[in-house]
Amino acid sequence: MEFLTANLPYILAGISVGGQYALIAIGYTMVYGILRLINFAHGDVFMVAGLVMVYLTTVFPMWLSIPMVLVITVLLGFAIERAAYKPLRNAPRMSIMISAIGVSYLLQNCALYFTGGLAKVYPQIPWISKTVTIGGATTKMVTLITPVIAIVLIVVLVIFIKKTKIGMAMRAVSKDFETSQLMGIKINAVISATFIIGSLLAAVGSMLYFSNYASVVPTSGAMPGLKCFVAAVFGGIGSIPGAVIGAFIIGICENLIKGVGWTTFSDAFTFALLIVILLVKPTGLFGEKATDKV
Amino acid sequence: MLKINDLKVNYGGIEAVKGISFEVPEKSIVTLIGANGAGKSTTLRTIAGLIKPAAGTVTFQDEVITGKGPQEIVSRGITLVPEGRKIFPDLTVLENLRIGAYLRKDDLTDDLNWVYDLFPRLKERHWQHGGTLSGGEQQMLAVGRALMSRPKLIMMDEPSLGLAPLVVRGIFDIIREINKQGVTILLIEQNANMALQTADIGYVMETGKITMTGPGKELLANEDVKAAYLGKK
Repeated sequence: MEFLTANLPYILAGISVGGQYALIAIGYTMVYGILRLINFAHGDVFMVAGLVMVYLTTVFPMWLSIPMVLVITVLLGFAIERAAYKPLRNAPRMSIMISAIGVSYLLQNCALYFTGGLAKVYPQIPWISKTVTIGGATTKMVTLITPVIAIVLIVVLVIFIKKTKIGMAMRAVSKDFETSQLMGIKINAVISATFIIGSLLAAVGSMLYFSNYASVVPTSGAMPGLKCFVAAVFGGIGSIPGAVIGAFIIGICENLIKGVGWTTFSDAFTFALLIVILLVKPTGLFGEKATDKV
Repeated sequence: MLKINDLKVNYGGIEAVKGISFEVPEKSIVTLIGANGAGKSTTLRTIAGLIKPAAGTVTFQDEVITGKGPQEIVSRGITLVPEGRKIFPDLTVLENLRIGAYLRKDDLTDDLNWVYDLFPRLKERHWQHGGTLSGGEQQMLAVGRALMSRPKLIMMDEPSLGLAPLVVRGIFDIIREINKQGVTILLIEQNANMALQTADIGYVMETGKITMTGPGKELLANEDVKAAYLGKK
């Protein structure tokens, strides 16, 4: 109990960061599930969503900027898939992976060009930037609502995938392209839908994340991107519940480590975790073992 | 109903199908038999739109459908039951059936009942994941899934592969039953005996060419066919 009260701010921050990571990690895990591609550009899409918000709010009011950020991020994710991944559909997997790395650096360098390398101050979103006190710990409203928003979106997503026709098509395509085509499923439409969902969640994640960190630089996407990738691997890449649980575990552990006073070690922990998982349980917590029935 | 004219297909750098022509009349059962690598599967996959042919035409109900994509082919009423069944292991039996009707927007109740009548086992197991079914049940599911698109022509790629003899007989009974209900069937098989007994017309394929043709019963009695495919001398 004493541990709990002493570390409450860190636990709260951890749950909040975990929710943000979860929203990004879903993009990795869904794209991997369908294309067997690690979309290295995903973290940078998240960063671009942050920058777009910065620039849009200088012109438009907040209530208009938020939906515009969502739409622009979705379009960006869609365009990346069409331009950089779709033409490589039948190429070896390594080619498309390298293309993803290329897109990642392209986005970072475009951001560098537009920002001039300066940190851009993220606009305050009213209400969620408000300070609140809970159980003696002072925090921002965003810390409290992040896990709520994350969980709601994830539940909606899981229902969407379980219950709708396009969700069923996604599950089918992730197993077998060719047989899915024989059912009349348009593979490209399903893949686009996957990128659209991933980008949408990353855009929501970026609003919550940057409201907490207050500034955006061109490399802002790199570290959260990598950590969310670790979260996806930890949970078992391809599995949505796995990515979410992995993200929360990483978020909470990181912040508890900060609480103990090892702040500089908190990032290293995440990557040490990655190495341990790959050694001990390469399929992750909920990873599927390939079973073939002949 | 389906006419193949001088079809040539290159696959994996070799000419797998070297100019074949054949016809599938409406409401008939037609079989292509032949050894491994004769080009049978390639032929079906080309008709289904998965592979683009190098030359020749595929005509279905007097319309040329050569080189059209799989969605277009399915929507015109041709489905392929792929080799190795290829059911979706993580989808339930019911979802597997529903996905077979992916392009349809109308009510599926009648078709589900039809499939359940043909395969009562699938009804019992409709909530199970496809991957938990036995090989024979998976083949039933694959056929049922194909029927859900309400096809005019079903193509089956080796439905008897890897199944116990008793199960194979059951599958062929179902094939005849489906045919009686008005669905045209194009079947490829290595189990030449069963296929020729069932088929109205048989074609023998060897290394990308059709070498023999005739009514199923006639081919079954043919000495060359007996020697090559039925293991009799």
